Amino acid sequence: MSDSERKDNAEQAEFRRYCKDWIAKNHPGEPAVRLPLSPLEIMTTEQMAYLQHWQKSAYDAGLIGCDYPEEVGGGGRKDCQRVANEELVAARTPYYPNVIGLGMAAPTVFYHANEELKQRLLPRLFSGEDIWCQGFSEPGAGSDLANVQTFAERKGDKWVINGHKVWTSLAHFAQWMIILLRTDKGHKYEGLSYFVVPIASALGKGVTVRPLIKMTGETGFNEVLFEDLEVDDSYRLDELGKGWQVAMTTLLHERGAGELVTPRAGGLKSKSSLSISARNVMELASHTSRAGQPASDDPLLRDRMVRQLIREEALKEHQRRARVPALTDHPMRLPLQNKLLASEIAQDTAALALEVEGPAASLYLADEHAPARGQWPLAYMNSYGMTIAAGTSEIQRNILGERVLGLAKSK
Amino acid sequence: MAQPKNYGFEEEAGMLKDGARRFFAQKLPVDQLHALVADAYVPERAPEVKWRKDLWDEMVALGWTALAVPESAGGVGLPWVAVAALIEESGRAAFPSPLLSTLQTTAVLAACEEAGESALDAIAQGCAATIAVMDASGSPTPGAVQVIDGKLQGTACFVQDAGKCDQLLVLAMDGDEPALFWVASSADGVEIQQDAIIDLTRDQARVSFTQVAAERIAVDAATAWDAALPAMWILSSADMVGAAEWLLQTTVEYAQQRKQFDRPLGFFQAVKHDLVNVMIAIDESKSLLYSAACALDHEPERARELAHMVKASASDTAAFASGRTVQMHGGIGFTWECYVHLYFKRQKHSQLLWGDAAWHRSQLAALLIDRPGIGEAA
Repeated sequence: MSDSERKDNAEQAEFRRYCKDWIAKNHPGEPAVRLPLSPLEIMTTEQMAYLQHWQKSAYDAGLIGCDYPEEVGGGGRKDCQRVANEELVAARTPYYPNVIGLGMAAPTVFYHANEELKQRLLPRLFSGEDIWCQGFSEPGAGSDLANVQTFAERKGDKWVINGHKVWTSLAHFAQWMIILLRTDKGHKYEGLSYFVVPIASALGKGVTVRPLIKMTGETGFNEVLFEDLEVDDSYRLDELGKGWQVAMTTLLHERGAGELVTPRAGGLKSKSSLSISARNVMELASHTSRAGQPASDDPLLRDRMVRQLIREEALKEHQRRARVPALTDHPMRLPLQNKLLASEIAQDTAALALEVEGPAASLYLADEHAPARGQWPLAYMNSYGMTIAAGTSEIQRNILGERVLGLAKSK
Repeated sequence: MAQPKNYGFEEEAGMLKDGARRFFAQKLPVDQLHALVADAYVPERAPEVKWRKDLWDEMVALGWTALAVPESAGGVGLPWVAVAALIEESGRAAFPSPLLSTLQTTAVLAACEEAGESALDAIAQGCAATIAVMDASGSPTPGAVQVIDGKLQGTACFVQDAGKCDQLLVLAMDGDEPALFWVASSADGVEIQQDAIIDLTRDQARVSFTQVAAERIAVDAATAWDAALPAMWILSSADMVGAAEWLLQTTVEYAQQRKQFDRPLGFFQAVKHDLVNVMIAIDESKSLLYSAACALDHEPERARELAHMVKASASDTAAFASGRTVQMHGGIGFTWECYVHLYFKRQKHSQLLWGDAAWHRSQLAALLIDRPGIGEAA
């Protein structure tokens, strides 16, 4: 019996048995299509269709949205999403494709939309029939997110949207977008309002989605242009001018620090991808030769690999300690470090792998001599996406300094 | 074996931790600590043992020396995570006492099974004890003290808080076999010569043994010593984690109050981000601390690996937090009157004892790279 199982209450224990049983019968096995490392890099409609089918079957079985009320398509359970996630990850299933929907749009809609909208949007979000994307960043609004200029002008009970959103993952598959819009040019924060807007149905009619190419050469995210797109006022979440507060709900959940646990599956090791960990770098070093000796014999590399391992171990422990109030100093002190640490540790680990590989780290995906098929340089470059997206590391340190340590605001 | 989700840190442990924090804060707040240990400021001053024996007697009366003693030996047998939390609070107060050395000695005796019980009983009754093993290079490999004709002969160096302890646990070499002895610090032939050290909150001595007749602990000393090392490293780390948290909180307060360019220091990101980095370093050590301490009771097969991790992490954190604290206090932080130096010096002392960060990482590398599979994450 695993550690988490021993701590289950009666409802969780029963639900866990159910999950195990369902997964045993319905695990999709090795996928027929080649899947990218992260759902944010889904590129083909074939990949998307396969993953949507998988998400729907998990939702139909009650493994997604477990802790949401039944009226909005949830399972009406308490603290059970974590159980389903643990079982799915342990069973190494594929991931869900609708990650932005599940992790960010769902809690935001749940906390800020009216009943009618929740009942209409959430079931198809949970099932993955509707894919969601997020329209926050703009060319002139990155770390200073409240500077968004995409403008919604009131026209009766409609709004007319004009502007430009960037770094929009999954927009090329999305039916819906959560979007932060300016509704008043006179006030920076109070001039923001939050909407959900239909994207797919408006393509070519006020919405243009264009792919952006990452420094790795891969696609994955997009820019989205709005030209006189009309949306109904009923698509607004919360009150006019409350957009910033609503956005905070989204960001808190995006960084893994929110109230509602994001439904997760995954753990499936695709043959074409690697996971970024110190143990994998140690493994790499023991198979990499340096002047006739394994690189893992180099005392300086050993020191640095072990240093990374220690950081990873501590981050794992943070998840546990955060739930033991007697051993935490401030309730948000660990949750708000999560994204910052995960991204910076992964970046340093990937950089270390390149040093272990030595000159061969210059060989990229298309080179037949590339160690690990060029995945380490790819992972290293991609790691900058993680330290920049969802609030840069610099912004994360501001938040920690201000909200946890109580230092004066830097703005 | 798996660790419980809450590290086995139950209500009793929480009450101990909170009570200890109040005790140290009330009995010896930092201004009084400074007045006690830092009244004289000549660097050439002769070494002195500055502490409050009356407060130690209160700690004994509270039963703190009995906490880590197993129930079978007449103690309380609290989980190690609770004991680590107590030491964390003592470190937060930079408290001068033989608590850490006594609890580390307890760890070694507890690894001696029945042979350690009479010494453990003495500790449970309030005897303060410390470990004499290191040679002049600081190596914890026995050899500095030899057994010659059944008596102890030689000099142990870097004996912690020897000036406050009633008993010495001596790890000596008898021929080519390590052996443990339980010796009164007042015994004939024992001479305690205080070191003049930077850390004002502890004392340290060279302890010479001249034909000392001593009680031998009938145990396989090599095995017992080796088994106790993780607990010793973990407790040493706990002291550093607590002290680092004091450094962080004190510097945060300073950065909130002190103004330059018409703004509190903490407004400036060069200061703010640095303080966040200190917090991140402390949390790394803290999470590893509880996990490692919990492993002693619940996951012994991983205890050594985790203990190496926490001693490596806490040693780096100790250095980083104290260095940043002095720097961010500016000119005042560089003075004797500012309390920060007490912690700066205690941290430097702890960082270098019982293996520094690089040594623990090298040991961990040997465990994990040369013998892969050991300690594979559950």
